[in-house]
Amino acid sequence: MPALPRSPGARRWAPYALLAPGLLWMALFFLLPLAALVRMSLSEQTQRFSLDAMFTGRVANYTEVLVQYGPVLWRSLAFAGVATLLCGLIGYPMAYAISRQGGRWQPLLLGLVVVPFFTSYLVRTIAWTTLLADQGPVLALLSWLGLVSPLERLGLVVEGRILNTAAAVIGGLTYNGLPFMVLPLVVSLEKIDPRLLEAAADLHARGGRTFRRVIWPLSLPGLLAGVLLTFIPAAGDLVNAQYLGGPGNRMIGNSLQNLLLVQNRYPAAAALGVVLMVMLSLLLVLSLGKLDRDSLTGP
Amino acid sequence: MSRLVLRCCLLLGYGLLFAPIAVIVLFSFNDPAGRFNLVWRQPTAANWLDPLSDPGLTGAFITSLLLALAASAVATVLGSLMAYALVRYRCRGERVVNLLLVLLLTTPEVVMGVSLLNLFVQLGVQRGLGTLLVSHSLFCLSFVALTVKARLGGIDWNLEDAAMDLGARPGRVFRLITLPRILPGVLAAALLSFSLSLDDVIVSSFTAGEAVTFPLYIAGAFQREISPQIHVLATMVLVASVAMLAAGSLRQLGVSSRFRAPASFARGSGSSG
Repeated sequence: MPALPRSPGARRWAPYALLAPGLLWMALFFLLPLAALVRMSLSEQTQRFSLDAMFTGRVANYTEVLVQYGPVLWRSLAFAGVATLLCGLIGYPMAYAISRQGGRWQPLLLGLVVVPFFTSYLVRTIAWTTLLADQGPVLALLSWLGLVSPLERLGLVVEGRILNTAAAVIGGLTYNGLPFMVLPLVVSLEKIDPRLLEAAADLHARGGRTFRRVIWPLSLPGLLAGVLLTFIPAAGDLVNAQYLGGPGNRMIGNSLQNLLLVQNRYPAAAALGVVLMVMLSLLLVLSLGKLDRDSLTGP
Repeated sequence: MSRLVLRCCLLLGYGLLFAPIAVIVLFSFNDPAGRFNLVWRQPTAANWLDPLSDPGLTGAFITSLLLALAASAVATVLGSLMAYALVRYRCRGERVVNLLLVLLLTTPEVVMGVSLLNLFVQLGVQRGLGTLLVSHSLFCLSFVALTVKARLGGIDWNLEDAAMDLGARPGRVFRLITLPRILPGVLAAALLSFSLSLDDVIVSSFTAGEAVTFPLYIAGAFQREISPQIHVLATMVLVASVAMLAAGSLRQLGVSSRFRAPASFARGSGSSG
């Protein structure tokens, strides 16, 4: 929007006055804690389990946590990556159908994507434990279809169970990420000028070619926004691994919780937190230029 | 892409999204065998007739509602002011502010929780409702600012300038022109942050201290008991938010048609004249 300064002088300070409270809030409770986290990650505890720590510039905190929690970190990124891929595979066709063929049902279809997220995250995850339980409906359906042993060979079912496997955790992450993939995609697909599609049709491009050459490239900024909004929360998640996974597939969020709330190892937790933050914000910064920022908050 | 494939994907996607919702609603009518409402036994309406029978759960639920109300109020005020400033004015550092908001939006909850807990411990701040309020309002803030900003982007602001040119005082301009236009976006953002706060597990698990919210109570009770009242309350929240969403979209239709009326009047007089 062209926001022109109307009356100069008195109103020049207006935007800063409006921004100030929010910026102060962010400085105090977002930037300051991050700075304190970096400082803590380079500190040493005065005693084991003590909350007192002294800044000594100890870089070894980082190498120690990377050695100890490296495998968990990679597992978290891998789980989040697979979940993001699955969200894309299910979510892209969904978004495409909603935006191109939704017609008068479009607002309803969009609303239905969001509605499940108005109940508690934790209660939804617990509902998944009911669905995936050993005597639950999902396993019953799979065994009726005769799919249990093929899936077992693929490693998706372990010893006749789905609960407490990596597949269950990834499934949960996929479920939670799906709306965050669909909504930005719908925004960017909606933005495509229909005249471009008419032009493609006039030039005798078939449906598949129009999709490959026009729609797909123009939807990439939205897809990127969806990937970020799915991958980042998934990589930092701890609820799905805790309720749907077993001890063998814990994620980095669980490790952080354990380090802080059980072991009282603040410098180690801080170092791990900084590593996670840096990795994920690097991802954000690298994609910022190509990203459809308007689609981040959905339609 | 062929229609059939798309239909199948829609079906699969919505099936996935609604499977646990169906379980929650169904199990709110379950009469479980033991203390865990995780296996279906037989239908009953008893849970719905007595939704507050679990005092710990009820207390936690009320705490969560009040917390969500306070956190979304703080976030809505701070975030809407920021969005309005970013849309209506050009100022130095606008890009930095935008970047900061996107960064806050995409910071994983676990990092937010860890950094806030570390700060509170270092400063010796007693953790409880206050720290919960701070942390919830923080993660709601970026959602509010960015959603309201996106909604305000499509508004034509000339009327505001026109009213001021005609000598209307700033307060009157705000009440009659600015407020009705920003209200739908602000209310939508407030509803969103209310449900974000009500839902939150990860940040709360770090910043709650002794305070117990609805999700934290369930997490704590998970090893001992999952009462059907949990499913009843979750269903109530779902029904209430769907009702609010529906009312909101109906209202918004009303608001926008009220705004279209003078425009069509102007067009009508233009064509006749």
